[in-house]
Amino acid sequence: MVKRLENKVALVTGGSSGIGESTAFAFAREGATVVVSSRSNVKSGTQIARTIEERGGKARFVQADVANSLDVQNLVNETIATYGRLDIGFNNAGTQGPAAVYTADSTESDWDRVIDLNLTGTFLCMKYELKQMLEQGGGTIVNTASISALNGTRGCSSYVASKHAVIGLTKSAALDYASRGIRINAICPGFTKTPLLEAFVDLSDAAAEKRIADRIPLGRIANPDNIADVVVWLCSDAASYITAHALTIDGGFTAQL
Amino acid sequence: MSGRLKSKIAFVTGAGSGIGRSAAIGFAKEGATVIINDLDREGGQETLNDLKKICSSASFYSADVANFSQMENLFEGIIDKHGRIDIGFNNAGVPGITGVLTADYDEEDWHRVVAVNLKGIFLSMKFELKIMLQRKSGVIVNTSSVVGMGGFRGCPAYVATKHGIIGLTRAAAIEYAQSGIRINAVCPGFVRTPLLGLRDDEHESNISRRVPLGRVAEPEEIAEAVMWLCSDEASYVAAHPLLVDGGVLAQI
Repeated sequence: MVKRLENKVALVTGGSSGIGESTAFAFAREGATVVVSSRSNVKSGTQIARTIEERGGKARFVQADVANSLDVQNLVNETIATYGRLDIGFNNAGTQGPAAVYTADSTESDWDRVIDLNLTGTFLCMKYELKQMLEQGGGTIVNTASISALNGTRGCSSYVASKHAVIGLTKSAALDYASRGIRINAICPGFTKTPLLEAFVDLSDAAAEKRIADRIPLGRIANPDNIADVVVWLCSDAASYITAHALTIDGGFTAQL
Repeated sequence: MSGRLKSKIAFVTGAGSGIGRSAAIGFAKEGATVIINDLDREGGQETLNDLKKICSSASFYSADVANFSQMENLFEGIIDKHGRIDIGFNNAGVPGITGVLTADYDEEDWHRVVAVNLKGIFLSMKFELKIMLQRKSGVIVNTSSVVGMGGFRGCPAYVATKHGIIGLTRAAAIEYAQSGIRINAVCPGFVRTPLLGLRDDEHESNISRRVPLGRVAEPEEIAEAVMWLCSDEASYVAAHPLLVDGGVLAQI
């Protein structure tokens, strides 16, 4: 098996758990050097970087709140300072915001926080990643959207709005830079076994898990590794003609009425 | 990457040229036994010759995908020889007359495009699914198009059928997901194939200008996407129309 991301430097936000964690490990397995980033989960993020190093890879942790411009600049700067380049940006940090709160009852501050992290955070990460990629003459970016970027769901309108917007942002930026060697895509994961889902569903309760799985055509909730495999492929040369696409990884969920 | 599809039996329609030929060759390079179909005997034979350099057991049929009894015979032949199908890449399609707007579009032309592009995929899936259900395992990719998601002037039947393929893919995907069969569509943009019919460099550069990535795709780039959809790396991807269009559709 040839390593598909040899000599690449990859940045993963939201890298301390869930899809980000699995993707950090997958990038490393494919030969990439990985900068793992997280806003608050320093311990776990540091441990992930250490584990990658123990397995013979190259990785470090950089703390950053993607909603904070200075943090994002520092994150990209630290990546360049340490490893000299940036080839892959996986902009995956995000928050669900409060659950089961209908639009009229949502607070403005909750709205602002979700938009800041999910949408502005993705914008800021791209902005500074792109500057570096333009200097290098190429790169690839994947932004984490969601099936909530394709359809509505009750009680989390700010999340749904921000994830829809991530697709718009992805398409626009992809068009801006397609002629300059940079591919930009989004992924739309469905239900996935991550802390984000566990905040709403007790996945240790088999009956609760089954209730969700029964609504999914493939009959199971995704593992984060299932999503990471897709991100790796999108970042590889095998996807050389794919840009501005929102790739759904939902076991068929959104194809249903 | 090689050997991802070792000991798989792959069936490819429209394999006599373009994306179908590239995918057939790609499947073979990944270790699959490849069965190809194309009405174009000459093109099919050329693909078969290429395949035989890679794998010893390739075979070529020349059924009309829109003809039930021809397809029935074809699949009986496959079952007799191989006993199963693991991968179905339903890729046969025709553009129909181009440059003719809807009001002027001939009914006969309409029927032929619908028959090949839409009914052909229905029939291919119907037979593939019956076989795959026996082992509760398999993966299917249907070739739609970027015009399966957006409109295009002067080929209403092509646009309608390619949209229809996405609908058919979604419907079948959710029916059979629980039976171990994943079904997806691929939506290529402008690809260097006979169907695109590039005339000269000027024609190519006119098309390339409309593509954000600034060039037409090579058939191998679409084949990569198809092979990936068929691999275990895409194990949670189902009912998805995967765009491989260099950004064309994302434009207004």
